[in-house]
Amino acid sequence: MNEYITLSLILFTIGCVGVLVRRNAIVVFMCIELMLNATNLAFVSFSRQNGNLDGQVAAFFVMVVAAAEVVVGLSIIVSIYRARRSASVDEASLLKS
Amino acid sequence: MTAFWCLAPIMVIAALGLVFARKAVHAALCLAVVMISLAVLYAAQGAPFLFAVQIIVYTGAIMMLFLFVLMLVGVDSSDAVKETIGGQRLAAAIIGLIFGVTVVLAVGQTVSGVVVGLKAANGNGNPYGLSELLFGKYVLAFEFTSALLITAALGAMVLAHKERLTTRHSQADISARRMREYAESGRHPGPLPAPGVFARHNAVDTPALLPDGSPLESSISDSLVARGQVRDGFEDDIDKVVEQLDDDEQGLGGEK
Repeated sequence: MNEYITLSLILFTIGCVGVLVRRNAIVVFMCIELMLNATNLAFVSFSRQNGNLDGQVAAFFVMVVAAAEVVVGLSIIVSIYRARRSASVDEASLLKS
Repeated sequence: MTAFWCLAPIMVIAALGLVFARKAVHAALCLAVVMISLAVLYAAQGAPFLFAVQIIVYTGAIMMLFLFVLMLVGVDSSDAVKETIGGQRLAAAIIGLIFGVTVVLAVGQTVSGVVVGLKAANGNGNPYGLSELLFGKYVLAFEFTSALLITAALGAMVLAHKERLTTRHSQADISARRMREYAESGRHPGPLPAPGVFARHNAVDTPALLPDGSPLESSISDSLVARGQVRDGFEDDIDKVVEQLDDDEQGLGGEK
């Protein structure tokens, strides 16, 4: 059981570092997806450990929310790209004083 | 457990590839590898329904969406090598390492106990058990997800919609503008030069050569330039051709 949780934590940490390091907004988004997937793995593993399916239902809801989030996030990226001709997270700094 | 030990190294390597890949498309492919491996791990842990959903929703729908947006947006190399905040990468790596070690140690100490397994819960089949929970205990959350999906679809339509602010250019307008540009700046009104003319290759990534042997940048597509896929190393092309011609002439002379 511990192996699965450890793998999930490793993937989550890699996703975290990716969000901090990468500058391309789409790659940052992919790293967020990696973190969501890692939590799903933990949910499914805990579901097996406890012997009920509630964890799998939680993972299912995470997938639904991730799908909605991806749709909105990618359309925000596309509209920012249209306005500024750039998909870099450093360029979108208009609100900075 | 065999599936786990086969897939875990692949998943970690692919996840690292997501962080280190220079091109966004390579990062997307690495993420697809991680997602498919995760689906197999779900199947190995008694979650066949989530296995199917993971493949259909994540690798099927979400990754396709990512690739489509990459096609629209990602050709420019916006992942600059220069750091905006000094030392950010090093700091992020150190913090990530500390975070990972802490969390792994903490969870390794707390997660224990017997693994019950899903034999009993999956007694009637995994989809049956899941649907009993989904439409029984969690039916309210299920209804809320439907509202969330509709809102997300509407939001995406609103965000991606573009009003036409100016009138559409007709063919006559475009040709008049080209002629005006020709009169004002001397830019040639005809089509751009074709790639590969006078060069040693005739592929689209090879710029045409000017009479003095220098490459002509305007003969290559802009997106190839943005991706950094232009073939280079033409400086000595003219010399090579001249050498070859000389060799041929000497060879002919020797025969005579």
